[in-house]
Amino acid sequence: MSTPLKVEKTNQPLLGRVKTKNSIKRIETGIIYIVLIFFALLYIVPFLWLLSGSLKSSSELFANPPIWIPESLQWSNFVTAFSQFPFLLYLKNTLIITFSTIIGAVFSNSLIAYGFSRIDWKGRDIVFIFVLATLMLPFQVLMVPLFILFKNLGWIGTFLPLIIPAFFGNPFFIFLLRQFFLGIPKELSESAKIDGASELLIYWKIILPLSKPILTTVIIFSFIQGWGDFIGPLVFLSDNSLYTLSLGIQQIMSENDPRWPLLMAVGVAMTLPVIIIFFILQKYFIQGITFTGTKG
Amino acid sequence: MNTNKRNLRNGLLFISPWIIGFILFTAFPLFSSFYYSLTDYNLIAEPKFIGFENYKKLLFEDELFYKVLTNTLFMIFIGLTFTTIVAIFISIMLNNKNIKGMSFFRIVFFIPTLVPFVVLSILWIWILQPDSGVVNTLLGFLGIEGPGWFASPTWSKPAFVLMATWMSGNMILIYLAGLSDIPQSLYEAASIDGANSIQKVLHITLPMLRPAILFNVITGTIAVFQSFAEAFIITNGGPDGSTTFYALYLYQNAFQYFKMGYASAMAWILLIIALTITTVFFMLSKRWGFEN
Repeated sequence: MSTPLKVEKTNQPLLGRVKTKNSIKRIETGIIYIVLIFFALLYIVPFLWLLSGSLKSSSELFANPPIWIPESLQWSNFVTAFSQFPFLLYLKNTLIITFSTIIGAVFSNSLIAYGFSRIDWKGRDIVFIFVLATLMLPFQVLMVPLFILFKNLGWIGTFLPLIIPAFFGNPFFIFLLRQFFLGIPKELSESAKIDGASELLIYWKIILPLSKPILTTVIIFSFIQGWGDFIGPLVFLSDNSLYTLSLGIQQIMSENDPRWPLLMAVGVAMTLPVIIIFFILQKYFIQGITFTGTKG
Repeated sequence: MNTNKRNLRNGLLFISPWIIGFILFTAFPLFSSFYYSLTDYNLIAEPKFIGFENYKKLLFEDELFYKVLTNTLFMIFIGLTFTTIVAIFISIMLNNKNIKGMSFFRIVFFIPTLVPFVVLSILWIWILQPDSGVVNTLLGFLGIEGPGWFASPTWSKPAFVLMATWMSGNMILIYLAGLSDIPQSLYEAASIDGANSIQKVLHITLPMLRPAILFNVITGTIAVFQSFAEAFIITNGGPDGSTTFYALYLYQNAFQYFKMGYASAMAWILLIIALTITTVFFMLSKRWGFEN
């Protein structure tokens, strides 16, 4: 008689506890959603504001209170941007620089990373510490002597200072590729070596084809770096006709009467390609960034 | 040739682009920069040797240099701390298994980092316009009179902090990756012991997240020292020198006043600062027992 009663007594409050625990969980989840949506709005609104700004007229841009959706979409801002501003010239310059640096980055860094990961040689890991150390070197430390060096070489006023160094390795990319190459099983190389393959052949026939995902990450990061770079072109390109999009936009801004609708349109035209690439290749972005953070 | 020798030769051949690049574009510039830092050099006349004059002037006479250091330290100690707290907060919220749409939120927080610096600068000048900008208009609805942001010596640095926080998507991704590495069993064990959510964050999440925090703080600090484009475009150091940060002042000395020697001395001081930070980083990570 006493046993079932006991069970009843202990069961009752336990069930109640589970119930309140569940509703607390639900409230907690609700609060988290509200907070997240609040932050998401803070992060996305400036971006949407840029998009809507590129389609506004001059007067709407500075209207008070702000106008979110322009009365009539001013697609002509883009037409003006492409015609009044040497958009195509600057775009061409930016693309020349960006594609050259991508080619340099892919080949030089994969070769270098191979040497730091797939071949065992004495002192390898000590030399690699030097690579990591240069990762922490701010560009400004080298800016002045590099300028003087390039000036003495006659490279100022050409694309060379922005392109050539990309063919000689970048510590971040070396690190990224090395980590990836280290993860490829050694046996693959060894069986190829028994068949008489040289290191260069193994690099080209085995390692590179297996490394497409991480090479994609390198290409994306290299593209973003070249596409948005500001200080490099500012310091090394002295000639107007060599300007990149970044420099061109900054030039309109520093005019006495900056043409804001045009600025917004050029800004959007410069941002959208990056966003589109991001959406297509999202997983490579995230992989590249988290790879450095967690393996670093 | 034995295997060891052959491997050494092959290894050096493969990394030779880096060796050449390191000598030409890093080591040689670094040492020549030390030489220039001991000279008075304006690019036109030959460099004139003046010993440690530039360093003496920077450290003991140039008041603006101290302002520049204070501005930069503000961006690290106040700015980076603020950004870190926001990024960790968002990441912890996102890393909840009851939350759906994680990948959607992740995209939203990441998109701002894709905006090129020049475009970012235009956008924020416009968002933070004192009288017609969106931020001040919204504050106006709440009955708050918004500050002058980039036009005010007090509010210009906080405005840069807001921008930096807006660009923290990289950090958030790294924190999320760090969070997903924390074993779920730790939380379960804590639940059994009756720990609440806040206790779990303080005693499990934050300690386990230490490698990611250290990584983000170190790269964030170097990024503050390198940060140039936004300040150059938006304020060019003003108002009243309140946004003249290290990289900007170095650039101004080199390419606006053509004081190459002086700028080189600044570069060497920056090098020493960067080396110190990196050493501290290595020591901390050794002490906390995470290698790589």
